[in-house]
Amino acid sequence: MIYALLAGFAVGLLAPVAVRALRDRARWLITLLPLGLFTYFSHYVPRIQSGERIFFHYSWLPDLEIGLSLCLDGLSLLFALLITVVGAIVCAYSGEYLSGHRDLGRFYATLLAFMASMLGVVLSDNLIALFVFWELTSVTSYVLIGFDHEREAARSSALQALLVTGLGGLTLLAAFLLMKQVTGTFETSAMLQGASQLTASPLYPAIFFLILAGAATKSAQIPFHFWLPNAMEAPTPVSTYLHAATMVKAGVYLLARFSPILGGTELWQNWIIPLGAGTMVTGAWLALVQKDLKRILACTTVSALGICVLLIGMGTPTSLHACMLFLAAHGLYKGGLFLVAGIIDHETGTRDAEDLGRLGRAMPLTCAAAFLTALSSAGVYPFLGFIGKELLYESTLNASLPFLFTSSAVFTGMVFVTMGGIVAVRPFFRGDAQLPKIPHEPPPGMWLGPLVFGSLGLLLGLFPGILHSSLIVPAVHASLGQSVALEHPAWHGWDLKLLLSIGSLLAGGAVFWKWSIVRKFLAGWSIFRQVGPAALYDSSLTLLEVIARRQTRFFQSGRLNIYLLTVVLTAVAFLSWALSRDELSVSDLLLHRWRDVRLYEAIIAVVLLTSTVIAVKADSLLVAIVALGVVGYSVALVFLLFSAPDLAMTQFAIETLSVILLMLVLFRLPRLKNLSRRRNRLRDGIIALSAGAVTALLVLAVNASRGGGKIVTFYAENSLVLAKGRNVVNVILVDFRGFDTLGEITVLTVAAIGVYSLVKLRVPSGEEGDR
Amino acid sequence: MSSIILSTATRFLLPLLLLLSVYLLFRGHNEPGGGFVGGLVAASAFSLYMIAFNVEKARRILRIDPRSLMGAGLFLASVSAWISLLQGRPFMTGIWVEKVFPVIGKVGTPFLFDVGVYLVVIGVSLTILFTMAEE
Repeated sequence: MIYALLAGFAVGLLAPVAVRALRDRARWLITLLPLGLFTYFSHYVPRIQSGERIFFHYSWLPDLEIGLSLCLDGLSLLFALLITVVGAIVCAYSGEYLSGHRDLGRFYATLLAFMASMLGVVLSDNLIALFVFWELTSVTSYVLIGFDHEREAARSSALQALLVTGLGGLTLLAAFLLMKQVTGTFETSAMLQGASQLTASPLYPAIFFLILAGAATKSAQIPFHFWLPNAMEAPTPVSTYLHAATMVKAGVYLLARFSPILGGTELWQNWIIPLGAGTMVTGAWLALVQKDLKRILACTTVSALGICVLLIGMGTPTSLHACMLFLAAHGLYKGGLFLVAGIIDHETGTRDAEDLGRLGRAMPLTCAAAFLTALSSAGVYPFLGFIGKELLYESTLNASLPFLFTSSAVFTGMVFVTMGGIVAVRPFFRGDAQLPKIPHEPPPGMWLGPLVFGSLGLLLGLFPGILHSSLIVPAVHASLGQSVALEHPAWHGWDLKLLLSIGSLLAGGAVFWKWSIVRKFLAGWSIFRQVGPAALYDSSLTLLEVIARRQTRFFQSGRLNIYLLTVVLTAVAFLSWALSRDELSVSDLLLHRWRDVRLYEAIIAVVLLTSTVIAVKADSLLVAIVALGVVGYSVALVFLLFSAPDLAMTQFAIETLSVILLMLVLFRLPRLKNLSRRRNRLRDGIIALSAGAVTALLVLAVNASRGGGKIVTFYAENSLVLAKGRNVVNVILVDFRGFDTLGEITVLTVAAIGVYSLVKLRVPSGEEGDR
Repeated sequence: MSSIILSTATRFLLPLLLLLSVYLLFRGHNEPGGGFVGGLVAASAFSLYMIAFNVEKARRILRIDPRSLMGAGLFLASVSAWISLLQGRPFMTGIWVEKVFPVIGKVGTPFLFDVGVYLVVIGVSLTILFTMAEE
């Protein structure tokens, strides 16, 4: 299983090489991967169907209870199959769509990496693994949306998507950590055992809202819906894959996954149902105003995601059944519609629905494929979309506010009919057209994709049993947390929901007929552009920049004495705060046998103090440096006397080198002058003295509380046993705390490179004016 | 300011100091010493040479660019940290060779790590010192 999961990353790495070597033929080779994965996952269908859940565990960070534990159940299998089948079609399609593009290799690499991370999201049982894959999908989608990175719009949309979904990822991490705190485990399957533990916990509201924020940002729920239409800057295959079929459904997946653990409460229903319903209506409304084919599709996708969230919020067996079926149906028809939009864009050079027309004769096969997907989108019998819509109406009719939810669902259904028609029917049959290019039928790699999507929608609609028992029922069971009998979707005869279905079909047809007028009418009062969440996003970004600039100016003044002052003052402040919390009396601190002071210790102390004063008072730099050297050597002597030979040796060597270094610099520096004002000198003196005092107190305090030092005894006892060395100091440096040392030597190297480049690599004086 | 006494003494002191630095490195695991202080001693040996003669000559007798020493040291230290992964144990687990070598003593990844520290310290100190001295 782990190989199936990671294959995407591995093949992705090789994809650029393959593209360079095989050119356009590479796409068939690359398409083999998702196809193979699809076959691999489908062989699990019988086992999942029998109610089994298959676990795989790979150790990762055992000390932190983080493991790559994977769990395949009905829900993850449904998603895995959707991801791989759409992935295969998109891989084949992009080869044509981006044929000859110089970055095709990079495109495939990121696309496959995205596929692997998406599989990781739906397969992970461990929450931390899930989080990592979740963020990986955000990062790869950032690269994919910004694929055309030379355009400013592509870059800013990519950044927007990354910031919004990345923010959600972080709230998710916080939620996962809280869940771990309550249940003591990171494994979702283990949480399922004691599900009531979470909902009863006082932390439950916090967990719920954090999870909800994560799901809402990823699945473009209001008020975060704005990033999805903007993400249409991506190449169309990316929009198909990420923004219709898979990534945006990760939030839906998350809610479905956690519904047995966190769901069923009042909080859950009171928030998720309005959120989903609001998104559903907003998305449908926004779709009516658009005229760019891809933006239309993006807005209907927002609406569809709202439907899924709404259905999960209701949490009944029927609604979850509707959600899973709608999810599959939507993935297929929306994927197909996006691919059709891509073909139209590719062949005509425009995506403006007002300009398109008369394409039917030029590309009959595309037209057929488009027709099939549009019918499924509209929910016409016997397509898969029809069953999805039936189940949706059935769920809303049984909900708590049947009239409100049903009417909004019917409105949404109507918009889906209209918009399917606008994207997939109108461009082919409309009488007049203004096209930048003369359209031709695209190569088979392109029309094959939507045709497969469309036929799947028809086939699975004609034989609903195929999907029902193999995938939908296990998925519903997984998101319910228990198994219930589900009615086989079939012809129900004339009843209310069929009438509603027909009603939305007719209304949608009517709006389609007069679409141009309706659109212009609605566009007249779209005020959302000025005050909507997108505007809020923009202004918060500007604010962030202003704050960052101020902060940088404040902290990075470029003056050494300010830096020193900041560092020392911060240390003094925190240390004295920590010390004041420690309940140490003065007598504790001064307990240390004053009478035991030897004569030579006193002499060293006097030398130390005297040379410090000399260093401060010195008139020439040379004297100051020598005095500082004396201070350093005296400290080394102190180390030696108090049995720390390692420290003493190091201190001697360091002191020698730094005196040499200071001497080298000395000749370049101007003579010492009294530049600062008396007040500043006083201030610096006080700060320096308080730093010294706090450090001295710290040392005394550490000595006074030595008694309970388990660390000391641990190192002393285990140095030889575990690390085979008798010199505890060195063993700590290279073994027990070796990781710290690795960091330190890295920092040292960076510092040396910094010195070297500051001194040696000066900008030639002529170019300085440019900076 | 060339002094015959200093330059003559340095010719003899340099090898002795280097020997001392290597000695400190090797015995570090069991007695006072170690890669850090060993590296510092070696760096002072070369800086002594630099003072007695000049930077040019010090560079020449070092042979290797101190910047490469930093890189080599960091590389060695990180390689030593990865070795344990090959045995399926967590990052940076100390792994020791059973056989005891003459003079060097026991050999293991922490020792290799210490050699890395030794090289980084020489490289960093001399990069800074030489850079400053050349200006």
